[in-house]
Amino acid sequence: MSAFIELNKISKHYDDNVVLENLSTKVMEGEFVTLVGASGCGKSTFLKLLLGTERASSGELLMAGCPIAQEPSPERGIVFQKYSVFPHLNVRENVALGLEFERSPRLGRLFGSARKQALEQAEEWLEAVGLDQSLNQYPHELSGGMQQRLALAQALIKKPKVLLLDEPFGALDPGIRKDMHELVLGLWKKYQLTVFMVTHDLHEGFHLGSRLWVFDKVRHDPHAANRYGSTITFDLPLRSQDGSLDSEDLAAINNQISATAAM
Amino acid sequence: MQRLINHKPSRVLKTALGLIPFLLILLVYQIGSDLRKAENEQDKLLPSFAEIADGIDRMAFQPSRRTGEYLFWRDTQSSVMRLAKGISIAAFIGLLFGIAAGSIPIVAAPLKPLITAISLIPPLAILPVLFIVFGLGELSKVMLIVIGVSPFLIRDILQRTQELPREQLVKAQTLGGNSWQIILRVILPQILPRLIDAVRLSLGAAWLFLIAAEAIASTDGLGYRIFLVRRYMSMDIILPYVAWITFLAFTTDWCLLKLSRIVFPWYHADR
Repeated sequence: MSAFIELNKISKHYDDNVVLENLSTKVMEGEFVTLVGASGCGKSTFLKLLLGTERASSGELLMAGCPIAQEPSPERGIVFQKYSVFPHLNVRENVALGLEFERSPRLGRLFGSARKQALEQAEEWLEAVGLDQSLNQYPHELSGGMQQRLALAQALIKKPKVLLLDEPFGALDPGIRKDMHELVLGLWKKYQLTVFMVTHDLHEGFHLGSRLWVFDKVRHDPHAANRYGSTITFDLPLRSQDGSLDSEDLAAINNQISATAAM
Repeated sequence: MQRLINHKPSRVLKTALGLIPFLLILLVYQIGSDLRKAENEQDKLLPSFAEIADGIDRMAFQPSRRTGEYLFWRDTQSSVMRLAKGISIAAFIGLLFGIAAGSIPIVAAPLKPLITAISLIPPLAILPVLFIVFGLGELSKVMLIVIGVSPFLIRDILQRTQELPREQLVKAQTLGGNSWQIILRVILPQILPRLIDAVRLSLGAAWLFLIAAEAIASTDGLGYRIFLVRRYMSMDIILPYVAWITFLAFTTDWCLLKLSRIVFPWYHADR
């Protein structure tokens, strides 16, 4: 089986500030990659490269053998930590919007039976994320966890090949976060998604991922902190999905991250 | 003893406290009027409340001896029509250019410096130009409001459009929306309540421009009447007209807020 996402010596810098350097790896279809690292290590920048809102300064990023589109597209769904849902649309309309864009090129709005059909389709996805009780509510009436469920349904209705999650549960309470973990794992298995998830929570990374990447700098210039960028320093396959942690690995990575963060 | 900064008045007390300054002003006026009247019965500067009531009656409820019209209502109608036309056109221009420049960088590049420059022209300074170009009719008065208010509206809407979270626009793109669809379904509906906010803020300026235009060249209108009767020192008409304009401005503002709350409940949810 050939690689689905391929990174070929990717670097990213803003002027003199090198963020990422020399990333090369392959990801198969259906992997769940979690990206961890200290703040400012470039994990979010990497997600933006995948999303298409940033371009790599050098190197290639391939999806299914072709260079990845330099603009966000329906192939790559995204859930941000905040602002992923549209406040002026109710729950069903938020999810149906993706269908309306596709089916009504001029107005981006469906009417009559076409609209009804789109809303019904939206309801199916809302059921999949457990939001079928709040179809006509507006996002501001939903809790943080429910808003993220909505954002997931919104992304999934476009049947994306890759699902990108940018610290999606960072602002949620621990209890709700646990429910969301189960939901995401369930959706990942059910729809055989390829997922990239940025998180600052190492436990979350271990628990959810089938593969864990740690972003960190390998070289440091004490006089110019931005001279060298981060790269993937650990690439761990995580076989078990029962949530058990390999405590030695965890401790080693934890130490490494806190060491970088302290600098 | 509770600290003063923590002491919140009850609802009743708050309303009462809010009314007191107004009552005080009326009281001070009454005393001032009485004092002047005691000295000179013909004093016109601070007419008594009875004289003001008489003035209102003459303007609003008696037909004019010259034209047979009820001048107060005729003035109100003319002024409100001009204001409504001016504000509507300005709001439309503000929405159109504001959203276009706010969401499309290639439109913003030529438009932004121009709008900034235009917004710095004092509108009253070009009022003569408007009179020359558009004549002394309705058009020049409406145009003064449009020219006075739309640069502010464009700049405000542009700003609000750019303040929409970037994440939403990226999300809309991942849902397959093209630029036009995103403007229509994501940006425009979220900007409309913000347009109402901007219009509310610009109402004061709009009234200023309207009254200025009416004072200089007009044959009716609230501003025209105030400046006309000034020649006879008719404070008994000027004062109720000013109060009426204030009331109209307050009502418009209140209605726009109510409208916004009813039509865009999601916008007012966390405010």
